[in-house]
Amino acid sequence: MLAQRLHVRFAPHLALVPMALVVLGAYIGGALWTLRTSFTASRTFPSDNFIGAAQYVRLFDNERWLLSLHNLAVYGVAFILACMVIGFLLAVFIDQNVKGEGVLRTVFLYPYAMSFIATGLVWQWLLAPGSGIEGAVRQMGFDGFSFDWIVHQDLVIYTVVIATVWQASGLVMALMLAGLRGIDPEIYKAARLDGIPAWRVYLQIVLPMLGPSVATVFLLLSTAVVKLFDAVVAMTQGGPGIASEVPAKFIMDHLFLRSNIGLASAGAVTLLIPVLALLAPYAYARSRRARLAGGHA
Amino acid sequence: MRAVAPPMPIANAPAATRRKRLFTPARIGVYAFLFSAALFFLLPLYVMIITSFKPMDEIRMGNVFALPGSATLEPWRAAWGAVSQGFWNSVAIAVPSTVIPILLGAVNGYALSFWRPRGANLLFGVLLAGAFIPVQVMIYPLVWMMAHAGVFGSLPAIVVVHVIFGMPLMTLLFRNYYASVPHELFQAARIDGGGFWRIFIQVMLPMSLPIVVVAAIMQVTGVWNDYILGLVFAGRENLPMTVQLNNVINTTTGTRLYNVNMAATILTAAVPLAIYFISGRWFVRGIAAGAVKG
Repeated sequence: MLAQRLHVRFAPHLALVPMALVVLGAYIGGALWTLRTSFTASRTFPSDNFIGAAQYVRLFDNERWLLSLHNLAVYGVAFILACMVIGFLLAVFIDQNVKGEGVLRTVFLYPYAMSFIATGLVWQWLLAPGSGIEGAVRQMGFDGFSFDWIVHQDLVIYTVVIATVWQASGLVMALMLAGLRGIDPEIYKAARLDGIPAWRVYLQIVLPMLGPSVATVFLLLSTAVVKLFDAVVAMTQGGPGIASEVPAKFIMDHLFLRSNIGLASAGAVTLLIPVLALLAPYAYARSRRARLAGGHA
Repeated sequence: MRAVAPPMPIANAPAATRRKRLFTPARIGVYAFLFSAALFFLLPLYVMIITSFKPMDEIRMGNVFALPGSATLEPWRAAWGAVSQGFWNSVAIAVPSTVIPILLGAVNGYALSFWRPRGANLLFGVLLAGAFIPVQVMIYPLVWMMAHAGVFGSLPAIVVVHVIFGMPLMTLLFRNYYASVPHELFQAARIDGGGFWRIFIQVMLPMSLPIVVVAAIMQVTGVWNDYILGLVFAGRENLPMTVQLNNVINTTTGTRLYNVNMAATILTAAVPLAIYFISGRWFVRGIAAGAVKG
């Protein structure tokens, strides 16, 4: 009798045991484990030989890591900007009562359903000098045409931008379009009566009203930037040389190919910092909103 | 055509005449932009499809955008031979990796929305934050734990990893869905003497079909498109299709068989694309609902 009553009383707690295990064991436990390992001299196997911040010193002496951070910064700015601009433009143009809206939305969003391992190859080929776009344009008679970014040390990272923007801007379009549809149509009528040109209405009135959508999109895109891995593996494998190296790939290589767990862990912890910096204001806004909502209830 | 309509005395113009003026410069501009954007988005798919039907000598000589001169199915046969094992591996991974996270996510969402045990919201907050953390932070500890448990490199290992990384989104979807269920319904079931599991199974689950569909779409496409987790955890025997595809493409010595590669690529993308085209609106609803995930 007592056992049964206890069971009823604690059923919700029992039901959440898997979640607690995942949170404590995998997320918190994993992060702490990696943090701890980053202060050890671990090579092929984890070790207990603590060496302070030496791995971090070594990491920031490593040219390959510095290049990967530089690539991530260049990639991040270009990718987020391009996705935002293209996604917003697509959403605005599709919102003009056009014919075939459903077809267009499908066309813009389908790349998001596919994996980068699958689509990286076709981009690799389209961008390959000789056989791809370059070759096709030359065959049309423009012999001097050159588009060889993918084998160019300084430009290769932009080929990853092109392919990932192709994949993700449809998602931005879908989220922005949802935001646009939530805006009161009276605003457009009022603006038109006042004779304000359409582009100014969108830029100065509608865009600020899309604030929450833009914030969500920005958060999504920036976490995608930090996680960038598949696209590089499929398109360039970090090359030519190490020119398109990114942090996520640097960490994976050192974990599983170069047997340097300590250095890889230091890299992983470093990668965590921008994520937490992005997440903190978001979490703060959320809890603030929750508290305000609670205050009114 | 609200914002691009030409500036004219709207108050005097009957709706019918306004609708007739379709070919203003602004309208043409709108369509030109959308049409060229559509071409850009369709280009890779077009190249993939036509290339998969070309013989190799035609690829070597010809234009990447040209239609096949003498179409052949041979690349498709070769591609299926190369990735069919991966296809079945991906199916074996995707089924449990969809069912289990959905069940756990439903229970989590239900407990969080209605029972609210102490500390659960904090737990959920950490779980959600976990969705943003790069997997590289957690990968090695998980490898280490699984190696010690003796399951590393097996089907259960990859399923457990998908459960771990799928749980934030699945829980969020169900929590938000159950938050829209009237609380009175839950109260009434409580008064009728329903316990935790009985209310879940008899009241909540039967009305969860819409969100289960959304969750299944998200999870199947996510698991199917995964590369990094399959590469690390699945083991040689169970490598998913994406990993096999990458191996086929990026480690072949000698000439690149672009036609076979493209056919294999289409085969690998077929399942998520089919889900996308069939589910349509549900797919969009899913990404909108799960927009918090990276």
